[in-house]
Amino acid sequence: MTIAAPMSLLAELTHRCPLACVYCSNPLQLERRAAEMSTEGWLKTLDQAAEMGILQVHFSGGEPMARPDLPQLIRHARSLNLYTNLITSGILLNKDTLAALDDAGLDHIQLSFQDVTNEGAERIGGLKNAQPRKLEAARLINELGIPLTLNFVVHRENIARIPDMFTLARDLKAQRVEIAHTQYYGWGLKNRSALLPSREQLNDATRFVEDEQRKGGLAIDYVTPDYHAETPKPCMDGWGRRFINITPSGRVLPCHAAEIIPNVAFPNVEDTSLNEIWFDSELFNLFRGTDWMPEPCRSCPKKEEDWGGCRCQALALTGNAANTDPICSKSPLHHTVDQALKEAGKNPTDLLYRRF
Amino acid sequence: MTTPPPQDAQTRVPSLARGYRLQHDKVRDLWLIQAPEKALILEGAAPEILRLVDGERSIATIIDTLSVRYDAPRDLITNDVLTLLNDLTEKRALRA
Repeated sequence: MTIAAPMSLLAELTHRCPLACVYCSNPLQLERRAAEMSTEGWLKTLDQAAEMGILQVHFSGGEPMARPDLPQLIRHARSLNLYTNLITSGILLNKDTLAALDDAGLDHIQLSFQDVTNEGAERIGGLKNAQPRKLEAARLINELGIPLTLNFVVHRENIARIPDMFTLARDLKAQRVEIAHTQYYGWGLKNRSALLPSREQLNDATRFVEDEQRKGGLAIDYVTPDYHAETPKPCMDGWGRRFINITPSGRVLPCHAAEIIPNVAFPNVEDTSLNEIWFDSELFNLFRGTDWMPEPCRSCPKKEEDWGGCRCQALALTGNAANTDPICSKSPLHHTVDQALKEAGKNPTDLLYRRF
Repeated sequence: MTTPPPQDAQTRVPSLARGYRLQHDKVRDLWLIQAPEKALILEGAAPEILRLVDGERSIATIIDTLSVRYDAPRDLITNDVLTLLNDLTEKRALRA
């Protein structure tokens, strides 16, 4: 099998964050500040990333603006011709911190919103008065002319407000909006019964998105929730095919949730080169391509479309990461998904916040 | 058949929008425009045309330059250039 070079790097600079979102994509076992990779470590990693063909770097977290060296990292990435995208809550963004990022050559910002109402945003993010600070952040970003995408994570509690999310995006002069249904790993999985929408809500969400797309003038990325689907999503576009995730301590993963996979070593970019990890590590070859697949994937005509779905989901729902993603209607364990759908909405007030 | 655009449209000076960057990918040996959450791969004459889109040259100058460089009829080049620029404007890669 020929292994192609990766396209994209998600650099999780820190797990520290002023928000405590109940669907946070960070692992349950958060890494503390003392474990974070040094500036030098990240600079070296960016060199290696550019050298091996990575095109885009997404600076994320936690809240990446909690790292004072962020402008330095962006400036270095730009000097290597890497496309620099910042994924931020906007909470630490002010005129000065933004000017430093702009001056460093930042290409694009994705600003996360938890909702369009103060109340909804505080309930999900767990931080008082977050919403006005985000609105102010969007205004400052516009003032400097940095291209802006608004990211909304949607779920049972805010799906009805998707039309207002589009209105907000247009008001804030965003070029793009991501409407992403909650993905159920880590913290999201803990809060699944409160967040997972009904089939009817999903249909509403899809209709809202299609209505808005017809209006034009706003690019919309729509990430569907796979629990209601019959075929699995091509998670990460295939394990070890395009994407590298690096955790705050320098662990290199095929996706942000992969640390839950048992019985495999997680290589660290401080010990081993990114190139060697991508091409040769046990972790990146574990579920790469189609050779690892069990039936019914192995003989499935769609195996090179969905790549067997999501390994972390197979592990979380069936106890074995090498099983067929149970979202697939052909999975012998598909009933685990049906069970989750039945439980959805039963405990809507019990939310577990993401905390250290 | 598309109507030829008026001559004065060619006095316009095209430039890439902020957030969009032309670059050569040395690992894959191809030209692309880096864009939010994606890269647009450029084929055929597109890289040669876009390398002249520098925020200083007008469309007419770009067409003249290519016409001389490739010793090709101006009409043919005009069609290629305008098709590409319109397509990229629609994709918001170029300032409208």
